[in-house]
Amino acid sequence: MSSIEAQGDKHRATRQAEGQGDHHDDGQDHGSVRSYMTGFILSVILTAIPFAVVMGGGFESRLLTAAVVVGLAVVQILVHMVYFLHMNTRSDEGWTMMALIFTVVILVIVLAGSLWVMYHMNTNMMPQMDHEALGLGS
Amino acid sequence: MSTVSQTPPGDFWEVEPHHHHEGASTSIGFWVYLMSDCLMFAILFAVFGVLGTSYAAGPGPKDLFDLELVALNTAFLLLSSITYGFAMLAMVKGSRNGTLAWLAVTLVFGLSFLAVELYEFNHLIHLGAGPQRSAFLSSFFALVGTHGLHVAFGCLWLVTLMIQVGQRGLIDANRRRLSCLSMFWHFLDVIWIGVFTFVYLLGMI
Repeated sequence: MSSIEAQGDKHRATRQAEGQGDHHDDGQDHGSVRSYMTGFILSVILTAIPFAVVMGGGFESRLLTAAVVVGLAVVQILVHMVYFLHMNTRSDEGWTMMALIFTVVILVIVLAGSLWVMYHMNTNMMPQMDHEALGLGS
Repeated sequence: MSTVSQTPPGDFWEVEPHHHHEGASTSIGFWVYLMSDCLMFAILFAVFGVLGTSYAAGPGPKDLFDLELVALNTAFLLLSSITYGFAMLAMVKGSRNGTLAWLAVTLVFGLSFLAVELYEFNHLIHLGAGPQRSAFLSSFFALVGTHGLHVAFGCLWLVTLMIQVGQRGLIDANRRRLSCLSMFWHFLDVIWIGVFTFVYLLGMI
């Protein structure tokens, strides 16, 4: 589009040399009615199922209910990323994807680390543990 | 020695500054902001994960949450996401009125979401389940409130852009701003998926 022409010839030549001559105008994909509708319908389904499961009382195993709800949430986040945020490995020459991967790594460390450490603090360092260890009862 | 210094520097490296057209790096810059925002939410989620079961003998999720209200809010946010998508598509087609109309619909859904959330907060505080009641409620209000604040600022931004588009039309700068708000808006929807899953649904199981 027009912005490609606006860029210097030199820059264009570099891009074409890198095999990216067919680059989008601003390095972004704006999607289509079809992709937005696909994303929307998938989101509605992926939202409706966990709400229906939990509002209906859930499965017999609480763990199974929790796993289903969290699993569907992860899938829905991916659907939003792809269909609404247009994540792909091409936009901005892959840098948005790199930033996302970096963020997810930090996010997993922060979440898993906090929950793990604090869970162990709770179970191992609560005052009543000392009472049990000392044989005083709780 | 002398043969080296005779070569003009321009043959080795670019002497002209590198030209990008204005705003070429805005989308990646805004994405980096969103990722940092994502980390902030990750920490709030971690806090909720750690403190979410410390009720201090106060009310728990099952005493407080109304899933029908949450489902309604989720629907509002999801619908606002698709209507913002349609606004972007109208923008790509160059339809100023179409863009404005879809932005207005998005704003209505965004404000409806905020109204329901404020109603819920107000209801909880009246029940005596305000943020000072227990660690669970402190972390709940911090997490959900931060998301709500983001939506509120998103609505403010949306109004600003509607005025801008109304006055100047779909110029390049406005297209760029609309793309940024698009990312922001869809990002908030992604955060909301985390909120309704980990705070509301898991709390009610």
